[in-house]
Parts: sequence; structure tokens; C-alpha cells
Amino acid sequence: MNIHEYQGKQVLREFGVKVPNGHVAYSVDEAVEAAEKLGSPVTVVKAQIHAGGRGKAGGVKVAKSLEEVRTYADEILGKTLVTHQNGPDGTEVKRLLIEEGCDIQKEYYVGVVLDRATSRVVMMASEEGGTEIEEVAEATPEKIFKEVIDPVVGLAPYQARRLAFNINIPNELLGKAVKFMTALYEAFVAKDCSIAEINPLVTTGDNEVLALDAKLNFDDNALYRHPDIAELRDLGEEDEKEIQASKYDLSYVSLDGNIGCMVNGAGLAMSTMDIIKHYGGDPANFLDVGGGATAEKVTEAFKIILSDKNVKGIFVNIFGGIMKCDVIAEGVVEATKQIGLTIPLVVRLEGTNVERGKQILDESGLNITSAASMADGAEKIVAAVK
Amino acid sequence: MSVYINKDTKVIVQGITGGTARFHTKQMLEYGTKIVGGVTPKKAGTEVEGVPVFNTVEDAVKATGATASVIYVPAPFAADAIIEATDAELDLVICITEHIPVMDMVKVKRYMEGKKTRLVGPNCPGVITADETKIGIMPGYIHKKGHIGVVSRSGTLTYEAVHQLTESGYGQTTAVGIGGDPVNGTNFIDVLKEFNNDPETEAVIMIGEIGGTAEEEAAEWVKANMTKPVVGFIGGVTAPPGKRMGHAGAIISGGKGTADEKIRVMESCGIKVAATPSVMGETMIEALKENGLEEKCKTH
Repeated sequence: MNIHEYQGKQVLREFGVKVPNGHVAYSVDEAVEAAEKLGSPVTVVKAQIHAGGRGKAGGVKVAKSLEEVRTYADEILGKTLVTHQNGPDGTEVKRLLIEEGCDIQKEYYVGVVLDRATSRVVMMASEEGGTEIEEVAEATPEKIFKEVIDPVVGLAPYQARRLAFNINIPNELLGKAVKFMTALYEAFVAKDCSIAEINPLVTTGDNEVLALDAKLNFDDNALYRHPDIAELRDLGEEDEKEIQASKYDLSYVSLDGNIGCMVNGAGLAMSTMDIIKHYGGDPANFLDVGGGATAEKVTEAFKIILSDKNVKGIFVNIFGGIMKCDVIAEGVVEATKQIGLTIPLVVRLEGTNVERGKQILDESGLNITSAASMADGAEKIVAAVK
Repeated sequence: MSVYINKDTKVIVQGITGGTARFHTKQMLEYGTKIVGGVTPKKAGTEVEGVPVFNTVEDAVKATGATASVIYVPAPFAADAIIEATDAELDLVICITEHIPVMDMVKVKRYMEGKKTRLVGPNCPGVITADETKIGIMPGYIHKKGHIGVVSRSGTLTYEAVHQLTESGYGQTTAVGIGGDPVNGTNFIDVLKEFNNDPETEAVIMIGEIGGTAEEEAAEWVKANMTKPVVGFIGGVTAPPGKRMGHAGAIISGGKGTADEKIRVMESCGIKVAATPSVMGETMIEALKENGLEEKCKTH
């Protein structure tokens, strides 16, 4: 799960990570009020959307007076920001972070992620702050330093010092940098983050080490033990179909194509998208109904697929292991009746009770094309939507 | 021969009184698996499908001599279940449970370092040695005894591959689901090593997906060490970056973990990669022909 920058900074503050003072604002008046409260000579008006690259898209402005805060807040609120991360449609700005400006001496990068190769958490740091870390990793990998962290010990002070030395934090700020990194790691572990990225971390003219930006992602599987974090979810930032799917415990990802897919199992669902593409089609979604899908779940899955106006045909690809093909077939028939399906539907069933499943589909009298294999099904649906 | 498990492996089921576990205990018993006990705290003295239930793994092991366990306990308690099984010094622990928090698994992995127990999973279909024993949730009937080893990050894709092999007359030794999570107990290389040493296994199919670099590392290992043909498949060629495709570990992040890169590395290491999931079986048969193993591996 993703949260906004201002929420991330609030979480980090609780753990002792230094962040600039700031307040969230939902309206222009609230923005001006927040700036008044801060009383700083320079105020930063920052668009709060989940995508990165806000600065370049015009979502971050530096104001030198309350009038300027008003002007910028008015300009940014309600604006649709298109960044390199959120696609051509962009995201409408509904919240602002009004933050005190600071005297930046130098920008750095610090991030905490899981390293799959070692099954440990790593902290990464670079002197090249403010830019995309992927670009730094690509162009100058030697400028990124990593410390692999033992979960028993945590981030050892010497590791934090080594990172600080490697990225040339001035000696007089070493203590503050170590404290910052230690607190960041503690927040990561305590809140079950999947990413905690500070880009940039800055040193300031008044000798502070501050998180100027904060990107926190959380492990969805651990949200059950962090109700405070779960509350920070902003549904306005998510795809409506994905929200609907999550209510029914369906794993759904929206894509750009026109062939809706319903599959059991994540690997098979991914491969179904691939095989559609292989035969010249374009998948509209990834959808894993899971191992224990009921007729009700299948119906909901159909409704979600059909709520995507781009969908011109549906391919159901099921390898019934423990899940029985007749149950799926009943669900498909039920959903088709309820919804009144008007677009082509190709169904491939294999596995447990496959004969009964096929029989149910055949006897339904519905316009369902059955497929002998995954490849056959993909070819048929691609031909049907052309 | 086979890898990890055979018809004599004695198994206990952790969380045996839950609905899913009850169902699969029955299925496993029907397949011929030696389920000798179950564990659910406070349920000692009861039975599930005629199998005695114990309060702790230690009690179950003492009473039954089990060497393996399969875990169906809910995600919030699964890490503890793995640690308990590790402390009982089981040889093998297979964790089916999905949605375990990553930080729990980081701790579990650290805890298991230097211990004798092997963990398979979590978030996996389990392990099956065809026509002998199955520990997990896979449909037993699609498997036939033979000479192909199967290792996979995805459950349903494993079924797809096994089904294609069986349909074309090529049985399997053991199919190992290593699971779709970013932190797991057993990786591709661990299983490939076992298959390489197993006299019954003549060739291996390795099924991966987007995310991480486990397939690339395995491919390099194959190039350097494997004496048997390896065929591969990677799911997620069309997956968009930054989106988790169902499995917690199936995500392209920072341009890393793409299917194209994995396929490129695998092919450069001599692994034949199936172009689509529906030709995994065919690709294996081609590889067997090229290596003169077709006759030997044709089982039915």
C-alpha cells in the first residue's frame, strides 16, 4: 500500500526521523492558514499524489509570501498532474502539503528495501540525491552504497557511519546522519514497510539532516497488524476496478487492452496475458480468482471485467486443481445470465471435473465458445475481438 | 528415487483442524501420503480423518517419528509454525500458507540459518513425488511417475506443465513448488542440485516468473554445473512495471526482474525456453530428442 508524502513524514517523525514542519491542506484557504501557522520566510507548496516526478510536472512551488502561497495553491489544487510514473491520464491533485522551506546545502539519497538475493533488508545511500535512483544505478552504479542488515542486530551504528562516510556527509553532521538512518530503519521494520525512500535527504545551512521527501510503501500482508497505517489509504488514488476486486479478495490489475481475462492462479493469469499478446491480442487485465473461487466470486469477477468499457471479449482460462471445473462453469453461466453478456466469451476448462464443467456450459444454451487448450482459447478470443 | 520426499516419508500437518487442512489431509491420505499426525494447540487427543492430533510439533514428532511437516496455519501464525517445526528438528517443512508478512519471513530465514531443517515455500503448492506421495495442495491425478523433474514459482503453471507432460506420455520424478513470495526457503538452485544428483531424473523443467533475479542465478548455475537438459518458461512477458501480479514476489521494480531479461539469460546459459505456456511440454520433448533421452523418458 502506498501513502502520501505528508503521511509518510508524519510516520517517520514518530520514529525520530527529522522532517521539515508542515501541514496538509485540502483547500486554498487551508493552505494559506497553514503557511501562516508555519510563519517561515519561504514556504513550499507541494501537490500530494502517489506518483513520483511531481516537481517536473509543476506540482511543487516555492512561495515567498502568503499571496504567493494562495496563488500557487489555487494553481495546483484541482490540476491534473501528468508525471512519468502515473501514465497519460495523470492524477488530479486534491491535497497539498504546505511546508517550511529550508536552506539546502546538498542533496543525498537514502532508501531501505528488501534484498531478495540475501533475504535481508538493505539500506542504500548515494551522493546523487534528487535524481531518479534507477538512473544513478544505471549510469554510475559505483555511486550507490549498500549495507545488508541482520534482522537480529538491526542497522549497526558502524554500518550507518560507513554509509555516511561513503556518501561524503560532512564530519560535523555524522552523528545526525547516523541517528537519521537508524530511525529510518526502525520505522521500516516497525511498520512493515516494503519501501522507505528519502530522496532527497538534505543537509541544511543550520546544520540539520532532513528528509525533504518521503516515499513509504507498506507490505499489504502486514496491514492487519497496523490499523493506523491502513487508515492512511487514499482510495481516490486507486483504480476503481482494483478497489472493487480487493473487496472480493480477487487479485486484479487493470491494463490497456480489450480482452478481459479471468484465470485461477497468479502464474497462469500472467501467462494468459502473455499468450493473448503472442497471438496478436491485447489483455485488458490481470485477474486471479484464486484457488477457492465460488460461483459468487466468479460473478463479481465478471462484473469487474465488464465495467471496463474497453473490453470487447472475455477469455476464461481455468486449470482446476483443487478448484472444480463444474463450480467455475456454474459461476460463468450464472454471471452470464445475471449480466446479460453481449460480447464474445471463450472458456478453456481443464482439470478436476472438466467433463461436468463442459457439459454445464454446453447445456446452458449460452453463446460460449469452448477451447481445447490455452493456445486454442487465446487464438479464438483474439480472432473474435478483431 | 526422487527428491526430498518418497512413499516412506512420515508427515505431520500443522493446523490440521482448519477447513483447508482437513480437506487436503483427506486428499493426501487418498494419494497414499503417510500422514501420521496433526498439530493444533489445545486439540490434543482428537482426530482428523483418523489421524491423531497433538498440541505441539515436538509431541507429534516424539509420538510418530515424523520427519516432514506441512503447514496450513493462517498467515499471522505461520512464521511461528515454521520456527516450531525447525526447533523440532524436522528434515523438511513445506509451508502452503499465503500472505505471510515479508518481515516475518526475513526473521524466519535468519533463524533457520545453520539449522538442519529445509523449508519449501511459503505460498507454494507443495511437493509431490509422482505415484508415491504428495505433500501440499496439487491435484494428484495429473502426475505420472517418470523421469522429468519439475521446479516452479507458480502453482497452476506447474499443473499446466505436468499435465502437458503426462498427456504426451512423459512422467515425472518430483514436482517442487518453491512459491511466489520474495523470501522463500528453497530456491531454484537448491532443487536443481537435487535433480542433478537424482539418478531417476533425466531432465528438468524450471518455471519462473517476473520479479527478482532467482531465474538468472539459477541459469548461471545450470550452465556451470548441470549435467542434464533444462527447459524453462517465464510468466509475465506482458506484465507492466511497478504492479504486483498476484504473487507478492511478482513485480518488476526499478527496471529489474523483467521476463525478457530472464529469458535472455536462460537462453544464453543453454536453457531452452518455451515461447508460450502451452508448449512447455513440447519444448521438453524437443530437448529430450536433442539429447537422445526421448525413448528413456517416455513412460506411458
